Amino acid sequence: MHLKDSAIMKRDYSLDIRHLTRVEGHANISITVKDGKLLDARWAIVETPRFFEVMVKGMSTERVPFLTSRICGICSISHALASIRALERGMKIEPPVVAEKTRLLAMHGETLQSHALHLFFLVAPDFTGASSVLPLITSHPDLIKAGLRIKELGNEISTVSAGRCTHPVSLVVGGLSKAPEKQQLLQLRTMIQESKPALDTACSFFRTLKIPEFKRETEFISLCNGSSYPSIGGSIISTDGVKQDENEYLLMTNEYSRDFSTSKFTRLSRESSVAGALARFNNNYDRLHPKAKEVAASFDLQAVCHNPFMNNIAQLIECVHILEDAGEMIDSLLEMELRDIKTPYSPKAGSATGAVEAPRGILYHHLETSDEGKVVRADCIIPTTQNNANILYDLGAIAEQALQEGKNDKEIEKLCEMVVRSYDPCISCSVH
Amino acid sequence: MKHWGFTFEKLKIASFDFTCCEGCQLQLANRESTLIDFLELLDIRNFRELSSEQHNDYDIALIEGSISRQDEVERLQAIRRQAKTLVAFGSCACFGGVNSLKNKFPLKELVAEVYPGMQIETMPVRKISDVVKVDLSIPGCPVNKEEVERIMVNLATGSLVTLPKHPVCFECKAQLNTCLFELGEICLGPITRGGCNAVCTTGKTPCLGCRGPSEEINMPAFVELVKARELSLDDLQEKIAFYNAFEGFSNHEA
Repeated sequence: MHLKDSAIMKRDYSLDIRHLTRVEGHANISITVKDGKLLDARWAIVETPRFFEVMVKGMSTERVPFLTSRICGICSISHALASIRALERGMKIEPPVVAEKTRLLAMHGETLQSHALHLFFLVAPDFTGASSVLPLITSHPDLIKAGLRIKELGNEISTVSAGRCTHPVSLVVGGLSKAPEKQQLLQLRTMIQESKPALDTACSFFRTLKIPEFKRETEFISLCNGSSYPSIGGSIISTDGVKQDENEYLLMTNEYSRDFSTSKFTRLSRESSVAGALARFNNNYDRLHPKAKEVAASFDLQAVCHNPFMNNIAQLIECVHILEDAGEMIDSLLEMELRDIKTPYSPKAGSATGAVEAPRGILYHHLETSDEGKVVRADCIIPTTQNNANILYDLGAIAEQALQEGKNDKEIEKLCEMVVRSYDPCISCSVH
Repeated sequence: MKHWGFTFEKLKIASFDFTCCEGCQLQLANRESTLIDFLELLDIRNFRELSSEQHNDYDIALIEGSISRQDEVERLQAIRRQAKTLVAFGSCACFGGVNSLKNKFPLKELVAEVYPGMQIETMPVRKISDVVKVDLSIPGCPVNKEEVERIMVNLATGSLVTLPKHPVCFECKAQLNTCLFELGEICLGPITRGGCNAVCTTGKTPCLGCRGPSEEINMPAFVELVKARELSLDDLQEKIAFYNAFEGFSNHEA
């Protein structure tokens, strides 16, 4: 028995995955273990850079959110709103209340759509032994119908509040170019009510899954606004007790490059940190809707949780929160006159950060404008960039743990792929 | 198989992405109410973002994104050798898209600003047809899923595939929108290919021409219209350059 154990412990193992599947964008994984000792673990993003931070230079402020939304096809609303917030803060523009509420609703729609895409299209196949969502259409029809229903609702919320779900139309500097129509808001409210059973189906399914047991202590960073679950703006806080103003984002990110990746890395108090649903949950549990807390309890999920696989469950809990909160937002919009939607402004010089909680974590845009209102400097730090170091260290740790548990090569490979997917990386976005 | 009253083979399709945001591929998973029917039409052979099962026996290749590195050129050429129908999918693939805005800066400046002190390989952005032969173009930023569905049905049934010839203006007028020119905005609706249901102008933001020029546009007359209304030619230039979709038209105005 002892001999067998030590043979397992002293194993050689190598993993080399080129262009990992079922994630957004192109990235490679490589792990080398010799005599049971980890020699190297890499998470290498090889996506082509697009250089948005330079492209945006010289562009007029009103056009900027339409360009930066194109950084990402999944979280385009977050990018548009991060730019809008940076520009409004820099140029001292106060958007009207209707615009602020509508933007929060748009964020909810995007997060719901993004989480549903991740949970049902990218993650569910791992837990059911399928290579994609396609076989699940026949093997798990109720689950897929529920997933599509939630995703459709997310897209519909975004479309009503932002004019279009991918690459929004009516989110502009100063407010909105067009208000949502009350008739559409009423329909949306009904659709939300009717979608709740679909979310119950999804929760029941996820409760039957065996979430891998793995834990590597780390630091979770998210926004925090003191009154509601974070979405647009606020202080930046970490589970290690760091707190900074939004404009001090550089102190929270300490961005650096590695020569094997076109996506950068960040760090704060430790060698790595995490942004995303689990980070928001860990830092803002008290601000969740009671129904979302109930679901968290049913998964035994408590703050602070250090198992990266639970990010999937945190996303599901956020979906529950969003369905409740979006309903309340719509009710309050329905009580308002949707006329005052845009604050007039003259472009001017300014410099500020716009931070929002994109589906995958905090997204920072820092923009500086000239007297003519043209962008002269831009900096964007993407959620996945903030997770790269944590993914890299998790890969090494999970491979070591799996080897010690005597798992075979195929099982280790699958665990490594799954741990990366649990972060829901948005790779082309992180390279931008 | 029999589908929507037609008998045909499923389309052996693959989807690949290059320099882009992957927003056009994402549209394939949208319009959830018709998604399961839409997927019935397709035999997905290779789609890295969706499936871990990858085969190289596809007939149709959807290409999202533009080309900005040598490994992309090689990957695209290999796809061209396999695909019977290569589709430029979205504005980045059709025109270079917003990525082309990079081309007005020297490559060295781009790398020095974003990756100081690092060696990063990058090339000027090119559209797909600059690198390989394109059989079909579906423009849009992002593509319009309804149009994609229609084109896929046409491909499956062997029907003629066409894009609307009329400008965005027609669709905008049909929705009884107030013309943005009347509100003092330059809008590219009069010169841009329709088929988007005028989604931007209906949201009261000007068309930036993501679907490229409509048939037989009169650019000089359009520039005259902007001048007659005393609107900014710089603004016009910024809009026309946004997706690089008016290459060949954009030089002689302003």
